[in-house]
Formats: sequence, structure tokens, C-alpha cells
Amino acid sequence: MPNQLPADSVGLVTPQTHRFTAPLLLACGRTLDEYELVYETYGQLNAAKSNAVLICHALSGHHHAAGYHSMDDKRPGWWDAYIGPGKPIDTNKFFVVALNNIGGCHGSTGPRSINPATGKAWGADFPMIRVRDWVASQARLADVLGIDVWAAIIGGSLGGMQVMRWALDYPERIRHAVVIASALKLSAQNIAFNEAARKAIISDPNFCDGDYIAHNTLPKNGLAVARMIGHITYLSDFAMGEKFGRDLRSGSFELGTAEPVEFQIESYLRYQGDSFANTFDANSYIRITKALDYFDLAREYGDDPVNAFKQTNAKFLVISFSTDWRFAPERSREIVNALVGANRSVSYAEIESKHGHDAFLLPDERYQQVFGRYLAGVTI
Amino acid sequence: MRIDLNEIQHWIQQGSRILDLGCGDGTLLKFLIDTKQVQGYGLEIDAAQINACIDKGLNVIEQNLDSGLGNFADKSFDTVLMTQALQTLHFPHLVLDEMLRVGKECIVTFPNFGHWKARYYLATRGRMPVSDLLPYEWYNTPNIHFCTFNDFEVLCRERNIKVIHRQVVNEQSGQTLKDFMPNLFGETAIYHLSK
Repeated sequence: MPNQLPADSVGLVTPQTHRFTAPLLLACGRTLDEYELVYETYGQLNAAKSNAVLICHALSGHHHAAGYHSMDDKRPGWWDAYIGPGKPIDTNKFFVVALNNIGGCHGSTGPRSINPATGKAWGADFPMIRVRDWVASQARLADVLGIDVWAAIIGGSLGGMQVMRWALDYPERIRHAVVIASALKLSAQNIAFNEAARKAIISDPNFCDGDYIAHNTLPKNGLAVARMIGHITYLSDFAMGEKFGRDLRSGSFELGTAEPVEFQIESYLRYQGDSFANTFDANSYIRITKALDYFDLAREYGDDPVNAFKQTNAKFLVISFSTDWRFAPERSREIVNALVGANRSVSYAEIESKHGHDAFLLPDERYQQVFGRYLAGVTI
Repeated sequence: MRIDLNEIQHWIQQGSRILDLGCGDGTLLKFLIDTKQVQGYGLEIDAAQINACIDKGLNVIEQNLDSGLGNFADKSFDTVLMTQALQTLHFPHLVLDEMLRVGKECIVTFPNFGHWKARYYLATRGRMPVSDLLPYEWYNTPNIHFCTFNDFEVLCRERNIKVIHRQVVNEQSGQTLKDFMPNLFGETAIYHLSK
């Protein structure tokens, strides 16, 4: 963090926590009797409360979407490139709410929280969560904040799934839906990657059937491998080649040297895996990837997404990225086609990018233009 | 607004559902929404044009017409429009078939390559015509499939396409002559089609 905050930053922000005491019935049939949501807000809610925007985070995201927690922070929030004064999600215009979803591990109630019934951490007993549970809890947060209707709800990847679920479950409470690099449901290949990641976690001897906290340990190796698998799928072959190629971090190919070869990409992936394993919870990872796998917008509508989208009133902006193979442009086009079939308002842009799925988080001129121009047209 | 766009409104029903192929900056779609309360989508591939459509609050979908309209259901639109884009397509005849599958009716406009200026240019200079309306050299033109009005009429006959209306409009000169000899004096054709 530089000594001075950038002019287009939301600046220093402080997370807030709200405790919900009304029980939340989950899709799995179990109930969370009480729970906490941690969230941040940027910008000012106007008197009419018509300028509120909700940010839904993806697998590894959380409530800290923009700005800095302290002047010592090395990096701003995870979507700082898109949230701030003059940025696409313009905090001069909008009141932005970003939260950490239940089941996560960044402050909202999740597997590491204390289960009031037992006085111990939930661990493996924390309920399985579906996207609709997140949306239901987000709707309660909206009630607390006095927001009847969101001007827009925005999310990438798993966040985009939450946006679509909002549009279906609360059609009167969302005016604009921005769905980025997302899908109506995961493909078999996508589920396969998630399962490989989960298998890495539960195969770690320290996983202890999910009760690693009670055993005073952490399945860091398994979680690191899970993250490495995920991370590979978020990048494109091209971007990885361009950034790392076959460059060596250490060692040499020369005969007669005892030094083992270590490629830069190996070192990078290991670093990504290890740092993730130090900050993320394994039970959260399992629950969130399961929520991804289960999500199927059209399942209850005769497997016809057109029927599903007939329940919605929001106007949609759908964005995909050319080299994203985890949530390929084809998946976004399925969303768009279904919306057109349902006679709903939708615009769609396919952004040329070399960054794979990660592109939705990174600065890109055209992405920023499409996103910003669309939101500029949202009335408040 | 371009003269062909102005004429099209007469063939569009109030409140109908419209698909505009190669919608450009969305001028026509916006006009039809404002004057005919249509519900419409535009397809476009140019980033700047897509931005312009978004600025106007239009539904614009990034899609390459050369990859077809397979994502749209049969007869799912009242009218499918395509203005001044036919000549830029790799397979204009196939896109035309697709338009007539997706739309109950179609409206197509295109420049007449049989216009006397083009013929004169080619006849006297022996080089591919370059004009105000078609200001490109042969090697950099996006217009890769030129036709004359007569060519288009033949295509419609061959493919059993019904011509509901046909109209010839001129931006500048030849306003009277175009009605007598459209293939020689007409600049832009507007065809209203069904199958």
C-alpha cells in the first residue's frame, strides 16, 4: 500500500457484522438457528434507497471487495479494479454492499464458527449449503439495511449463479442482474475438477473426517493441492505460457549437476496453494464447491431455462471471456439464449482476453467499458 | 437517419418482436422502440457499436452472423431485420434462409451494385468501383458479396422466398429515374420478405 490512497479508491473501510436470530431453513432441510454475516459497504445509500448494489462473491471471495483495511495493507479488496469512484461500479452513484457468505471462512458463520448447540466449532457438522441459501441470507441482510429493491446485483462465476438465483427467487427485489463468466449449471468436466480438489482435501491425513479443528490440526497439504488444481483451471494455457513458459526458478538441465530442476510454474503454483491453505478452511472449500456442483437453475422448471427465466423481471447484462474454459463463453450464451427465449431484456458481450476465467477479476479496457456503460444507464 | 432505415418503419407492426442483425449503433432499433414500441434485440460484433447500443439502453448481443442463428427458435420473432449487412456475409443465402426460419417476416436492405455509377466506373476505368456509398478498395472492403437488384430477385425466386414489398431508395440523385429502371438508377434496395 502506498503512503497515499489512490484517488479512485473507496479508501479505508471497516467490516461490519450483523447477527441474525431468526432461524434460516436451508435447502438441505437443516436449520441455522442463528448466524452472523460480515459485510462492507462503499458509497452512500440515497434517501429513496434506490441506489443499492449487491456484490456476490465467488469461491474464494469474501466481503472485502474494495478499498483497504489499513494503510499497511499490501493489496486492496478483490474487486477494487471495478468498485470505486469513477469505476464501473461507481461509488459516487451507488451504495455498494459486499458480504461474506454463510459457510465461508472470512467472518460470516461457517464451519470454523462455534455451534451454539455444542459450544464447539461446527467443523464437519456444518450443514451443506446451496446457492439459494446464500441468496435467502442476502435478502435478510437487505431487510436489515432497509433495501427493498437492489438497483443491481452483480457477480462473477459462482457469484453470477447467485445473481440468477436472486432474479428467480426475488423477482421484485432486483432491477438489474449482471452475470459475469458464469453458467446455468456446471458441466461434467467442471464437477470433475471440483471432485478432484475435494478428494485431495479428504485424502489429507490431517483432515480427520472434517474434524481437524477438534484434533488441533489442519489439512493444509490437501487444501493446497485443491487450490493448485483450481488455479490451473482459472488460467489459460496461453497466459500461463506467457507468464512462466519453461523458465527455471532453480536447477539446470546440464549433465553432471546435482541440482534438481524447478520450473517457475511449479514454484508459483506451490506458493498459491500454500498461501490459500493458510487462509481458507477445508470444510468451507468442500461446501462451496458442492454448492457449485448442485446449482442448476432450470432443474425445477422442467430443465428448461426459458421457463426458469420467465419468473424473472430484471434486466440482464451477461459477460464472458474468450479464453475462459472453466466457464466458457458457450455457457454464457446459454444464459443469453434462454433470456431471449423468455423475452427478457439482455445484453451480452464476449470480451477478448488471454487470462482465462481469472479475467473477470482483472482490469481490461473493453470489459470496463461494457460494464461501466451498462451501469451508467441504471436509473437510481 | 439513413433513408432506408426511415422507410422500414412502415412495415413494422406496433409492439412486435424484432431481431436486428448487424444492428450497428442501434439507431434503427432505438427508433422502432420509440415510435413503434417494439421489443427488440440487436446482434452486433463490433465492440464500439456494442458500446453505443448499451449507451442507448438497448438489448445488444455479441454474435457473429456468419456462425448462423441456430440459437434462435423457429418463428420466434415477428420481423428479422438486416440493413446494409447482406453484402458483408460469407454465406448471404444461408443467413437469408435462417432469417426466414427465425422470423415470420424479414426486411433486408442492401446497396445495388448494378447502379449506373458502378457500371460506368468499371466500364471506363476497368477497376472495381469506389464511391461515396462504398468507399473501400477491393482488398480492404468488408463488402465481399455484392449483388444487383436483379441478382437478388433471382435468388428469391430460386429459394421460393415471397417478396411482400420491394422498394428502391436513393439518398441523392435519380429520384424519378429509379422508379423506371431501378437496377440501373436505384442506390439502395429494401425488401420485405416471407417464406
